[in-house]
Amino acid sequence: MATLALRDITKSFGATHVLHGVSLDVAEGEMIVIVGASGCGKSTLLRIVAGLETETSGAVVIGGQDVTGLEPADRDVAMVFQNYALYPHMSVFGNMAYGLKIRGLPKPEIERRVGEAARLLGIEALLERRPRQLSGGQRQRVAMGRAIVREPKLFLFDEPLSNLDAKLRVQMRAEIRRLQKRLGVTSLFVTHDQVEAMTLGDRLVVMHQGHAAQIATPMEIWAKPADTYVAGFIGSPAMNFIPATLGHGGHVATLAGGLALPMPGRMGTDGQGVTIGIRPEHLRPGMGGLEAVVELVEPLGSEAVLHARLADGSPLTARLPGILHGEGRLGLVLPLESLHIFDAASGRRLESAG
Amino acid sequence: METAEGTRARNRRAAWFTHGWLALGVLAFAFPIWLTLMGSTHDASTIGRGDVPLLPGPHAAENYAQAWGVGGGRYMGVPAGTMLLNSLVMALLIALGKIAISLTSAYAVVFFRFPGRMLAFWLIFITLMLPVEVRIIPTFQVMVSLDMINTMQGLVVPLIASATATLLFRQFFLTIPDEYVEAAKIDGAGPLRFFKDVALPLSVTNIAALFVILFIYGWNQYLWPLLIVNDRSLETVIVGLTKMIGGGDTQNEWNVIMATAVLALLPPVLVVVLMQRWFVKGLTETEK
Amino acid sequence: MRKVHFKGVALPYLLLLPQLVITGLFFFWPAGQAVWQSFLREDAFGLSSEFIGFENFADVLSDPSWLEAAGRTLVFSASVAALALGAALFLAVQADKQIRGADTYKTLLIWPYAVAPALAAVLWLFMFHPNIGIFGRMLNAAGIAWDYKLDGDQAMLLIILASAWKQVSYNFIFFLAGLQSIPKSVLEAAAIDGARPLRRFWTVTFPLLSPTAFFLLVVNLVYAFFDTFGVIHSLTQGGPGKSTETLIYRVYTDGVMNLNLGSSAAQSVILMILVIGLTIVQFRYVERKVHY
Repeated sequence: MATLALRDITKSFGATHVLHGVSLDVAEGEMIVIVGASGCGKSTLLRIVAGLETETSGAVVIGGQDVTGLEPADRDVAMVFQNYALYPHMSVFGNMAYGLKIRGLPKPEIERRVGEAARLLGIEALLERRPRQLSGGQRQRVAMGRAIVREPKLFLFDEPLSNLDAKLRVQMRAEIRRLQKRLGVTSLFVTHDQVEAMTLGDRLVVMHQGHAAQIATPMEIWAKPADTYVAGFIGSPAMNFIPATLGHGGHVATLAGGLALPMPGRMGTDGQGVTIGIRPEHLRPGMGGLEAVVELVEPLGSEAVLHARLADGSPLTARLPGILHGEGRLGLVLPLESLHIFDAASGRRLESAG
Repeated sequence: METAEGTRARNRRAAWFTHGWLALGVLAFAFPIWLTLMGSTHDASTIGRGDVPLLPGPHAAENYAQAWGVGGGRYMGVPAGTMLLNSLVMALLIALGKIAISLTSAYAVVFFRFPGRMLAFWLIFITLMLPVEVRIIPTFQVMVSLDMINTMQGLVVPLIASATATLLFRQFFLTIPDEYVEAAKIDGAGPLRFFKDVALPLSVTNIAALFVILFIYGWNQYLWPLLIVNDRSLETVIVGLTKMIGGGDTQNEWNVIMATAVLALLPPVLVVVLMQRWFVKGLTETEK
Repeated sequence: MRKVHFKGVALPYLLLLPQLVITGLFFFWPAGQAVWQSFLREDAFGLSSEFIGFENFADVLSDPSWLEAAGRTLVFSASVAALALGAALFLAVQADKQIRGADTYKTLLIWPYAVAPALAAVLWLFMFHPNIGIFGRMLNAAGIAWDYKLDGDQAMLLIILASAWKQVSYNFIFFLAGLQSIPKSVLEAAAIDGARPLRRFWTVTFPLLSPTAFFLLVVNLVYAFFDTFGVIHSLTQGGPGKSTETLIYRVYTDGVMNLNLGSSAAQSVILMILVIGLTIVQFRYVERKVHY
């Protein structure tokens, strides 16, 4: 168990800049999920922490010790790989024991640790098997076990659930979270799946084009996304964005269709372009708001997702309770307390300046 | 008009033809061996008279005893026992030596980045184009200057370099997922440890396949031992056998020659038949 | 290409060292020597030598007996390749059919791979020796004067047969593997399209097999050029006369028997160029196959 600190990590492959200075402080026992679309640099960041990749600049500090430049073996970290990377010619026991054997632990100690981890993961009966003879979920457990027996300062997870089918993924997700809480090991978990991120992390790092777009708790990210990218990335269906212009001393935003929305305070200067964000589940049917034409209804049981278009042709998604929705014209109101206001130019979230 | 009955009958006939052709093929390969095997059980005069025996005769034991312990032919005989041992040692050393140095060089080329890596690879690769037959004399001269004529080292060491085996292992090592290397790094395993604990065990089937091919390659060497060895105590069985035949005189001790031929044939054929699955895999994969 | 590597510089060199030392000592040094000697005239005792440029090459290439040997080698190699490939393809097609006992036939057809070329020659000698060979005697009894030790054409025929016989199983293994890798669905589609078995073979199977066939052609030519040395040496020793003397056998006689080092070296260099040419053709072809 240890803290982890990343200090302004950058990484370039030749002329390609993959990370543009990422800093992060992780408390003891905390589970941090790094989430983002593919190519955002999240895996590179994890591999830099592991020591598998060398940063171009910056520092990695684990448990107060600067480990920048150290070999992975000297960092006391354990990793669960996307494809598990189980050695096919070793038994489950052999796979889990390998790292301990290299570190020269006495045999009884190795057996004790492997046995304990196997019990914890419910794979005691599989110890003599080869990885080939295991199901996907079982392999996943062995990969976890290999990390657990090491009793490392840090767990690193590189999209470990992406090779599992949907049902197993949900089950293993909960299991990983339970285990991590129980063992209390500081963890970094990389995923591209926002649901996984929201449910697993104490805090999330939303990565976008080599930057940490936002670092916060899942609820905070959902309630107060730092920019339009984060706002669009987290939440399903994705948030609606409607362009608008500020007026009345920055206190009112006027949509293209003419609808004027009072702002909670002064958001900026008159004439400044802003983007109004509203989550589909926050739209309510009613008059005096937006006029939309519903083109497609996706019933989800107790609620339905409506794909609609505004008068100017831009798309709008709404998630409404109930089942009786038809295609055709529909009025939707925007609850003011659920609006997110972003600067149109920078995409950054705007807060009322009073 | 085709009838179903007619088609069925034709298919039956076709199946018989298939069996017939295959049986003929098998026969064409087996017959020379059968003839030799039978010849090795008769005495020299029966064969010399030209009464070609197609059935076993009564002299098997003495022919094989003579071939094994004394040798034959009209020149100074070398016992087949000695020659077989020489061939066995040569074939084993060549096969194991080739595998060993090819494994390590392929490992170096695949798992490391170092200056001159591609150069080393090409230097090894280009030897494919230099079979011993095209550089007989200069290679012989090198052997003389290294004082390796008439030695087992001389027989074996120059044949140990192997572009084919290196290419095969390189190909195989490239299929080992990067994640194994990373997992090993996190587990704290260095390059030698990874070689011993992961790369080598994973290569076992490739090694077995290659062993069959290289063993036969070594056993069947002809020109090289002919050049390098004239000390008859180092004679290998294939070269020794043709020396026994000499000009092919009718007065040769053909019974002993045939017994020696059978003995020379047996080890490599056994290896191929017993390790058929690996052998076929190895052959079709090395040549890719 | 592998993205993850181990650190270290000394270790990889150490691992490469044995292979590189052997390659350097026994491949590059002699190959360089061959090239160097091909430009020298040396007396038989190696006491003196002088640089004569391309004279050795000119001598070799204008020597009618060398040109004859080259022509002979061409006929010999083409015959061996054609026979060995044809027989192997035919047998492989039969063995690929879904018949009972296919595996047994397979085993019984691949073992001759283990027979050394020289030993194959000995087995054929046992059959075709004019006095002790069963077929040799039959031919003579039938009124055909058969003695490969006297008749050059008969000698050539015998080394062709013995060399091809040994190579069939190798080709068979590759053809069978090639046949088995052709997806059954393609052949079934052709059958539905109305192609009967023979037509299916020539319009679908054979074109799909052509990369294998081309690869084998090169391998068989190289085999016929070089590996058949053992066949010739143990069966005819190049004779009678020079009627079975191929290029490689001539390098041997000129170098080892006649100690004509310059000429032998020049011949070696010519052969090296030939092998390099063949190898390049082969790799060109393989590369193209990979890309499409």
